[in-house]
Amino acid sequence: MKNPYRTQNIAFFFLFLATLLIVVPVGLIIVIIIQKGLPAINWQFLSDIPRQGMRAGGIFPAIVGTVYLVTGAIILALPIGLLAAIYLSEYSKDNLLNRLIKLAIVNLAGVPSVVYGLFGLALFVVFFKFGASILSGSLTLGIMILPVIITTSREALESVPQSFREVSLSLGASKWQTIRHIVLPNAIPGILTGTILGLGRAAGETAPILFTVAAFYLPRLPNSIFDQAMALPYHLYVISTQVPNVAEKIRYGTAFVLLALVLIMNLVAIIIRYKFRKRKKW
Amino acid sequence: MRKLKEFIVEKLILICGLASIFFVALIFLFLLKEGLAVFKTVSLFKFLFGKSWYPISEPAQLGILPLILGSLLITVGAAIISIPIGVGCAIYIAEIAPLKIKETLKAGIELLAAIPSVVLGFIGMVTLVPLVKNLFNLPTGLTALSGSIMLAFMAMPTIVSIAEDALYSVPKTYKEGAFALGATHWQTIWRVMLPAASSGILAAVMLGIGRVIGETMAVMMITGNAAVIPHTILAPVRTLTATIAAEMGEAVVGSEHYFALFAIGIVLFVISFAINVTADSFLHKRQQ
Repeated sequence: MKNPYRTQNIAFFFLFLATLLIVVPVGLIIVIIIQKGLPAINWQFLSDIPRQGMRAGGIFPAIVGTVYLVTGAIILALPIGLLAAIYLSEYSKDNLLNRLIKLAIVNLAGVPSVVYGLFGLALFVVFFKFGASILSGSLTLGIMILPVIITTSREALESVPQSFREVSLSLGASKWQTIRHIVLPNAIPGILTGTILGLGRAAGETAPILFTVAAFYLPRLPNSIFDQAMALPYHLYVISTQVPNVAEKIRYGTAFVLLALVLIMNLVAIIIRYKFRKRKKW
Repeated sequence: MRKLKEFIVEKLILICGLASIFFVALIFLFLLKEGLAVFKTVSLFKFLFGKSWYPISEPAQLGILPLILGSLLITVGAAIISIPIGVGCAIYIAEIAPLKIKETLKAGIELLAAIPSVVLGFIGMVTLVPLVKNLFNLPTGLTALSGSIMLAFMAMPTIVSIAEDALYSVPKTYKEGAFALGATHWQTIWRVMLPAASSGILAAVMLGIGRVIGETMAVMMITGNAAVIPHTILAPVRTLTATIAAEMGEAVVGSEHYFALFAIGIVLFVISFAINVTADSFLHKRQQ
């Protein structure tokens, strides 16, 4: 007769193996990039423009470009996303419209990133005639990260207990006053988490900026929001596939800076969420 | 005065609430606006099932079958790798891992989800591609297999986190009932938890696959980009997404090539729309 406990041990071993198969490569990827990328990092690499057809020099314009793009994206996405989250958590009723909005958010999150690139090209670059510019790229990235911000902010708003709202309303505050002074302040950590996650996502994406902003090689800083700009992820793509004979050190260094930027943002978001959960008393 | 201010704020909130619907519609409209023009010169059937993709030859041949098959091959490969590993890991996290390890594992999976695809593509190029090349004695390691392995990693965070949620939301009474009847922990998982969470796990798998089909940068960097119908998983292929990303830079705005790339965008949009709506309906079913 089959021993059920032996079957269990075998099954649990395979489940553990599956977990290892995910965790170990993730660890390896991060270790490889740190090990080979960290030695490339120095002040010159971070603050110099690329030289000799990107085979020497630094990545400063790409860092600045990414900062501009991410800032632009969040300026668009945070207000719209936050207000949309307030609508979903405080105003919407459980009806068809609400269901449609949620479906739209799911779809917006699922649209392939390169399709966002096409959309940005068609709408901002060609139709609005912004050209390939920081403005077009930021707007495209902003729409792309909207679902992240809406979903996390909505969760944060919904986790504020109903009794808080009832007390505020019973004291004579209006619905908006309640949201503004009671609900929002209590949801700030969650909203912050969502915002940082959105920032990280925008900083790492390449496909949406391919045709809307990214410059192959632009060894100066952008002058205005109608200027093209280099960006870290696109720069990494260019030096690893398009330009021959780039020193390995520069490639790993660029990958390290991009990965560090994105992972630090995510770690901060995870820590804020963790602290907030621990502190929460309701 | 205050009433007026609140009226304006509340209308603004309503407008932003509707913004997602507006943007989805806007994306689809602009894809259609630019993409449908290609069907003036190519029939829909020839576009979808044409066997050759030579967009800049004279006359241009715009058949995306090799690209569809390329995407399909890589997606199937990635699914075969990521589904058992992803669901297995989800079960481990949800049911077996001790509480402390559980939190660390979940954070680790979140980090994997956060790694930009271009970084994964780069790592794939320097580690996986030479490995595949040497292992199978190939002229190049830029193959569908390399793409499938790399994409499996990009699908796993989605599969793990949604499947784990699904397992977690199975009512505790189910589990207690099974234990009370003398089932072992594994028998409970296999016979009770998994069937109860099946629609959520199915949704997890679908969303993971959706992520694979839409992935662009890593795929473009490690699959070799040969727009021919693949006959083996050890040959270079090109996907729908990589074609757009690689060729749009050279396509002249308003040319047939430009319209064709937007038409590929329509195909991708429709696929992802179908996957997301279906997965969402599975998740919704679970909640009821």
